[in-house]
Amino acid sequence: MTEPSVLLEQISVRLEGRPILQDVSLSINEGEFIVILGPNGAGKTTFLKLLLGLVRPSSGRIEVLCRTPERGQQAIGYAPQHRALDADLALRARDLVGFGLDGHRWGISWPNRSRQDKIDQALAEVDALELADVPIGQLSGGEQQRLLIAQALLTDPCLLLLDEPLANLDLTHQQEAVALVERVCRTRSVTVLLVAHDINPLLSVTDRVIYIARGHTAIGKPEEVITSRSLSQLYGSPVEVVHTQDRYFVLGAEV
Amino acid sequence: MFALLKFGFIQNTILAGSIVAIATAVLGYFLVVRGLTFAGHALASIGFAGAAGAVLIGAAPVYGMLVFTVGASLVISLLGREVRERDIAIGVIMTFALGLGILFLSLYHGYAEQAYSILFGSIVGISRSDVLRSGLLSLGVLAAIAVMARPLLFASFDPDLAEARGVPVHALGSVFLVVVALTISIAVQVIGVLLVFALLVGPAATAARLTYRPGRAIAIAILLGLAYTWLGILLASISPWPVSFFIAVLSFGVYLPVRLLVRPRGRRAAHPHGPAGLAPGLPLEEQRHA
Amino acid sequence: MLDLLRHDFVQNAFLAGTLVAILSALVGYFVVLRGQSFACEALSHIGFAGATGAALLGVSSLLGMFFFTFLAAIGMGALGRRLRGRDIEVSMLLSFVLGLGVLFLSLYTRQASAAVGILFGSILSVTRLDVIITLACGLLTVALLTVLYRPLLFASIDPEVAEARGVPVRKLSVLFLLLMALSVSEAIKVVGVLLVFALLVVPAAAAEHLTHRPLAALLLGVLIGLVSTWGGLALAFIGHWPVSFYIVSLTSLFYFASLAIHAVRFPGRYREPPHPGREVLPPAR
Repeated sequence: MTEPSVLLEQISVRLEGRPILQDVSLSINEGEFIVILGPNGAGKTTFLKLLLGLVRPSSGRIEVLCRTPERGQQAIGYAPQHRALDADLALRARDLVGFGLDGHRWGISWPNRSRQDKIDQALAEVDALELADVPIGQLSGGEQQRLLIAQALLTDPCLLLLDEPLANLDLTHQQEAVALVERVCRTRSVTVLLVAHDINPLLSVTDRVIYIARGHTAIGKPEEVITSRSLSQLYGSPVEVVHTQDRYFVLGAEV
Repeated sequence: MFALLKFGFIQNTILAGSIVAIATAVLGYFLVVRGLTFAGHALASIGFAGAAGAVLIGAAPVYGMLVFTVGASLVISLLGREVRERDIAIGVIMTFALGLGILFLSLYHGYAEQAYSILFGSIVGISRSDVLRSGLLSLGVLAAIAVMARPLLFASFDPDLAEARGVPVHALGSVFLVVVALTISIAVQVIGVLLVFALLVGPAATAARLTYRPGRAIAIAILLGLAYTWLGILLASISPWPVSFFIAVLSFGVYLPVRLLVRPRGRRAAHPHGPAGLAPGLPLEEQRHA
Repeated sequence: MLDLLRHDFVQNAFLAGTLVAILSALVGYFVVLRGQSFACEALSHIGFAGATGAALLGVSSLLGMFFFTFLAAIGMGALGRRLRGRDIEVSMLLSFVLGLGVLFLSLYTRQASAAVGILFGSILSVTRLDVIITLACGLLTVALLTVLYRPLLFASIDPEVAEARGVPVRKLSVLFLLLMALSVSEAIKVVGVLLVFALLVVPAAAAEHLTHRPLAALLLGVLIGLVSTWGGLALAFIGHWPVSFYIVSLTSLFYFASLAIHAVRFPGRYREPPHPGREVLPPAR
């Protein structure tokens, strides 16, 4: 059996003196599509930052792609939480995406053919080629999100981390984004960890779910984790899950 | 008029002015993009205070400028993390330094000419060796920026991802501010405190409005800065008014119509659907009121 | 030292200083809240150009200051609701005004000494008439702020929601900028153009580090401003250095102290900066 992409053993994380994650153990296999759920402030973003090496655990062992996480791993693609960008921002979509390729390297990027081709390819993969020369401030939330994904794909990652890519998107664009991410996951055999607020748009593509609440996690298939019993245990208070018409409704908990 | 160019001192003036214009244009672009133009103003004022202090203790003004501006830029990097907090931190350090400057000025009486030359620059009284020195220092500054360009741009536009990619975002920000401090110290000797700011912000602000490609914006800023400087020197030589006034007016005079009339370029007409619910081609901010 | 107070100019200095400190701290609370500290700095330089320009024309420099700063305030208000992140426009205006100032100075060098007074403050040459004008401005400001307190607070913290609730955010912005222009012109008398920031922004900023409750922060800012001004004046009479230097040093001291106190009370409280230089906007829809 191949090594897991991500392995956590009894990981605890404290930030500013507060425990964010307590004694978390789980492993994620190559090529899995994992959705990370949980209430606001539960630690979903912290979890991603842990994998990126931006946050250090206070105890426990963690391995990402068979090594200790450290900043600047080219094999991990990351699309951070999207925030609306200043309308005046003087940058083209193409330039923003280009940062994903070599923005971290010293010096100046001289325009060259192969660099342009790689950027064009990434843009084409997310259906954003015609937006290449548009200033990013003028793009809609959905379009900017696609650029962030293109950026994350440029280094041919084995692991893709997406922080709330579906937030601020209307239903149609959500479906497009989900289809895009699934396509990327399956065609490139990339392990995907996607943070979301609602599992429903992602049900058809999710392999497993990680639910984070009050510092603890539960991992498993959606139907195993998103149950009244499992969530009540996680939250420490009664939570009712209604599973009807192929959708999950979580009641009594801050989603 | 071109007979003027035969004079050595005019040549020196133009050379020194051009070197300074290039360095400030390049740095100004990053200041504009990072929203740090206030820091540019503050550092220039702080430089003035430092120069005053140096004169008080009998040292060359430039050393005082360097100490004060570099020191201030380090403290600013330390204090100002969040945007709103940073402006205030910059302002506090600036006023504290200016308070010191006022003290220095009041303590030293035979001071008028040196204060004058720091405020307005000694661009007309520049020697060939000064030109050389400014040139070398500016080259150093430009080289530093060239090395930092990519990660600095990345960190300026996309700090979260840049940090994840291993760019030392905060350290880079500090180094950048120090480079700004150095540039201002160099430029102030030539064109004076009052004018440094006009050359730092004007060309870059105009360029950033005209194009979305960083490389092109920097090139345009350099061209504009050079144009303003040459025209300013020319106009000043045929009229009784100071160079700095002309450059400031040119800088603002070109910026204003560009700012008011040039709409950030819209998307290509070929794009089938505009952003959902929003009119294509309008900047995002206006659309929220529509 | 107390028999110094028998002198008119000393009385005037303390009176004017007190009034300006209170006025500045009150307006300054909102300046800090709205993130308009750079605009404030620019306005003071604009005041300088107005004062020197007026002197050139033989008009009262105070009128020149009021005129220019009010004009600039309306111009800034016309730029749009959002002044945060508009540092570029403010910078350009400032650079132009600096150029004007240079021109005025060079045109009429007889104004040099007057210019020094405007730049560095001339609280010790304040007349009884000045005090009365300052009192009038102060009363006007306090009255306006009292009436506008709640909607201004609302509009400053959450302009989108405030507008939805019927608060005239845009008009309030312009009105506040005019108030700022007024306070700046008054503050220039005490500490001079270069140090207006120290009276208008720093006490309020220090206060806002120490408490989040609006009324408490307002009053604390006033207290810090008053202590700095009185302390500065007293020190200036005892020592030999310029008044404005003492006042500025005291306010800076308070500010750094407030930072230290804040760091001790909330260790490690550090929020990730948003996009450097640009305010984070709410999502497009």
